Amino acid sequence: MPESIAAIPFIILAAATLLGAAMVVLTRNVVHAAFWVLEVMMAVAGLFMLLSAGFLALVQVMVYAGAVTVLLIFTVMLTLRDREDAIRSRDLSWAAGGIALATLVAAGTAIVSFAPPIPKLPAVTPGVAEFGRLLFSGWALPFEIASVILLIALVGAVWWSGGER
Amino acid sequence: MTVGPSAFMALAALLFCIGLFGALSKKSAVMVLMCLELMTNGVNLNLVAISRFVTPESLAGQFTAAFIMVVAAAEIGLGLALVLALYRRTRTIELDRLDELKG
Repeated sequence: MPESIAAIPFIILAAATLLGAAMVVLTRNVVHAAFWVLEVMMAVAGLFMLLSAGFLALVQVMVYAGAVTVLLIFTVMLTLRDREDAIRSRDLSWAAGGIALATLVAAGTAIVSFAPPIPKLPAVTPGVAEFGRLLFSGWALPFEIASVILLIALVGAVWWSGGER
Repeated sequence: MTVGPSAFMALAALLFCIGLFGALSKKSAVMVLMCLELMTNGVNLNLVAISRFVTPESLAGQFTAAFIMVVAAAEIGLGLALVLALYRRTRTIELDRLDELKG
């Protein structure tokens, strides 16, 4: 396990993340935006690997890159009447830009004032086995609640999107 | 050359703010949901990074990120189901045209 995080893979993955996120907002084609979301998810999974969170990277690829992107593309396809509907106006508003910029300035100020020194990372971080052991001991209750949430969401999604009764 | 937690926090803040900008300005319901996913990813990245740098042995940040993923998956599933139900009823997903409650 590395004792520090190398800059070059971080810069590549960060650039991929930011490029994808910017293209989601800037592209005019809804289908292209869905694929740029997929690219952002994969880059974030790479960042999770860099942070030695292997299990989360796997879940990120399966849940976000796999399931969520497929759902997004299905919904885009089901709600377009013809091919031209995928091309939209760019929909950028100054008010939204102002709010996002203000949030960014606030977050930046917080980061600068927090400014932790680069710590010496511990040589050994817990692996997937330790993750699983903790998940089913100390975190068992949140785990059960999460499964109930997923069940309710599943039933609700079927109920809402089902045909006319 | 190495990077510290500040670089990850800055990246997460940028990702969150790009998502926020899109979620507030887009007029298509599906695009708004995509931008919400970007925001969730920014939050998760922050949690995992801080957990790795500050308390890597307790894995608390990773568990929180995993539960956020569960909630985000439920949210996107329900959100897209709502978009489909809305489309079936009104034949549009343009948020500008859903103004029946406007006084």
